[in-house]
Amino acid sequence: MRKLLNVLYVTSPEAYLGKEGETVLILLNDEVKLRIPIHNLEGIVCFGYTGASPALMHLCAERGVALSFLAESGKFLARVSGRVNGNVLLRRRQYRQADSPEEALQLAKGFILGKIFNCRCVLQRFLRDHEQRGDPPMVQEGVKALTIQLQKTANSRHLDMLRGVEGEGARVYYGVFDHLILEVKDIFTFTGRSRRPPLDAVNALLSFLYTLLAHDCTAALETVGLDPQVGFLHRERPGRPSLALDLMEELRPYLVDRFVVSLINTRQIGATGFVTKESGGVLMTDEVRKNVITAWQKRKQEEVMHPFLGEKIPVGLIPYAQALLLARHLRGDLEAYPPFLMK
Amino acid sequence: MSISYPDSDLLMLSGIQHFAFCRRQWALIHIEQQWQENVLTFSGREMHERADDPFFTEARGAVLVTRSLPLVSRTLGLYGVADVVEFHRDETGIVLKDRPGRWRSYPVEYKYGQPKIDDRDIVQLCAQGICLAEMFGTPVATGDLFYGRTRRRQPVEFDDSLRNRVRELTAGMHELFEKGVTPSAEYSAACKSCSLVEICLPKTGSRRSVRRYLDEALR
Repeated sequence: MRKLLNVLYVTSPEAYLGKEGETVLILLNDEVKLRIPIHNLEGIVCFGYTGASPALMHLCAERGVALSFLAESGKFLARVSGRVNGNVLLRRRQYRQADSPEEALQLAKGFILGKIFNCRCVLQRFLRDHEQRGDPPMVQEGVKALTIQLQKTANSRHLDMLRGVEGEGARVYYGVFDHLILEVKDIFTFTGRSRRPPLDAVNALLSFLYTLLAHDCTAALETVGLDPQVGFLHRERPGRPSLALDLMEELRPYLVDRFVVSLINTRQIGATGFVTKESGGVLMTDEVRKNVITAWQKRKQEEVMHPFLGEKIPVGLIPYAQALLLARHLRGDLEAYPPFLMK
Repeated sequence: MSISYPDSDLLMLSGIQHFAFCRRQWALIHIEQQWQENVLTFSGREMHERADDPFFTEARGAVLVTRSLPLVSRTLGLYGVADVVEFHRDETGIVLKDRPGRWRSYPVEYKYGQPKIDDRDIVQLCAQGICLAEMFGTPVATGDLFYGRTRRRQPVEFDDSLRNRVRELTAGMHELFEKGVTPSAEYSAACKSCSLVEICLPKTGSRRSVRRYLDEALR
């Protein structure tokens, strides 16, 4: 597996990004604060109104470094990408499979199977680790209900049926998710998934990290030459990275949900740092965001055994590994897509 | 009866070295367009090493040295750039524009590392020779490989068996490119020295059944 390179997260809105030869420069008030050789990076993510020179954009595009601009809330604004890369024949195959209800269903089943399996695994791990705490009966019920949804996934005969199964699985899972959170309950109480806007601190964390994961999935798909906008499960909508969202489904529980729970339960994030706006939407302060990013970067460096490849890879490369396996399947090297199933 | 490839069907000449080493490696670079950037950046670095090579600042009366000469062969269906082509004075040679006398072309391919155990460098040089012969309309019988590691020039004879090998390889390249199919991986000792081993993952191959993987997990 290839090496994991760094993603640079620029959180100062006043920063300006430039380049000097093969080096990325980060400037604050015309003063160079940081220099990083481009070949050490696989992505740059800017928060707020960070500026960047066209010369740097060109360098990033040339080297396949994903350069993205997000609002301070983590909402996606724009991305700079160069010429479309990869194999046009592979993308054509992707489109044909997306157009075929039968083949799209098979792929979508793989993503949902992975998602529900991993959701169940998050709950099972919790039960193993906290037999004395929380509310195991509820969580146990959740495990049982998800097992039924797994069966239903396999038996889904068309995409809408499968979307229904996924919705039901999500309802069950988020219905018991609050039981996994054991610390600072007055702030970190989860009352169901809310996105626009996130209505509590847990949802704010989840939304923010899902955005970072979507960025990594999009970049991974482009690296292997697939079109991130043409999905199998998510319907195409202009501007929506449907395939990245497809690929994310199975990775959300393992990469984000567990991470958020452990940030809270190990008290790496405190009660301060969340602001509730008049609309009820909850925002994170810069400081919390920086802490979350730092912890996320650390998490990406950790190594895990990839269940299908049977080799140890850094957590940060999981989206890439899955994109690669998806491309292999579309090319006909693998008879089906093997989702990432956590142990 | 030889084919004459039009512009739109020409493949990169430098690809013949990838193809000779491993058909899948070639397909990953030229069909899947994976990491071409890296491969190209690397050759760029090689060029750079070369720029301060004393060997080239040597002026020799009877030899003209030209760099980065564009090459094409319609019979092989290849295009590319030769690092270095020398023109040696030769009564039986060709006339060059703005140069008095007659000349014989002589390709020199520079390799940063050391001589390979396989023939990938040799076939690349021979393909360059075939391009030169077609472009200038005279046979090219030999060329040199120069290895940075040994600092030696090693002459290569373009005999019939080598030319046939080049023709077989290029025919294979066109066939595979036409199909647009990347061959599946077969793990061998050579994989250890391959720069694309990390994206090829030869051991995953298609040997592992996804069906079985899912069944085991869902039991």
